[in-house]
Amino acid sequence: MAINTGYVGRTFEPTEPYEVSRVKIAEFADAIGEPSPLCRDRAAAQAAGYPDVIAPPTFAIVVSAAGSAKVTHDPDLGVNYAMVVHGEQSFEHARPLHAGDVVVSQSTIESIRPIGSMTTMTTVTQIRTVDGELVCTARSTLVERGA
Amino acid sequence: MASPSYEQVEPGTELPPRQYQVTRRDLVRYAGASGDFNVIHWNERIAKSVGLPDVIAHGMLTMALAGRFVTEWAGDPGAVTEFGVRFSAPVVVPDDDKGATVEIAGTVTERLDGQRVAIDVTAKSDGAKVLTRARAVVRLA
Repeated sequence: MAINTGYVGRTFEPTEPYEVSRVKIAEFADAIGEPSPLCRDRAAAQAAGYPDVIAPPTFAIVVSAAGSAKVTHDPDLGVNYAMVVHGEQSFEHARPLHAGDVVVSQSTIESIRPIGSMTTMTTVTQIRTVDGELVCTARSTLVERGA
Repeated sequence: MASPSYEQVEPGTELPPRQYQVTRRDLVRYAGASGDFNVIHWNERIAKSVGLPDVIAHGMLTMALAGRFVTEWAGDPGAVTEFGVRFSAPVVVPDDDKGATVEIAGTVTERLDGQRVAIDVTAKSDGAKVLTRARAVVRLA
């Protein structure tokens, strides 16, 4: 089954609010080997001008994944996950996420393109604070291989 | 290592190349930290059943290593304003103590406004380019 091209341009419901925590940032920094004290030590982060410890740039995937899941779990979209690989990923950061941020993410399908036996689908997910401040725009391209 | 200043950096400036080891343990830890529990990142039987040579690293872990490469150079994980990659080949992680080696290098390509510079990043593992079109924009002091 091919991905339903009728979904291009569709914007999905925003996620429930996600609270960025110091513990989760430190856990993520440990998992990727990011050694910076700015991810672990609040005083160091504040001395560098941040309100609290900051997340490494790709931490945004932890938050945006919940928004993307709204897309990928839609049964009528027709994605065969056994055949999906991650093709491209990008982030634009207005500022780093920091502990204490409470954010929602909301995804829009930007394009669905058949390329030979494959189909690519690009989703744009905006991460905003609950007050509406845009913190990060994540763009993700999945590739569904042909069966 | 002192952080580079915008004035010191110009197109052609190379970031010191680094090598990172990625073991099965690292994949399990990244799965837990990121919430991505896709079985191809920890189950050899299923990875092979879908045509992969072995367990492969999360693309987002490879991207995170490239991000760490840039932020360690810049001295601030909050300095990255743009970061994009294309996943061109998987990082295959064997079931041994050494794991896979990811070699990362980078070169400044442009000086931008707002004290920012653009960096092209390359990442290889086992001779294959695992990231292409990898570009970061970083604000320097």
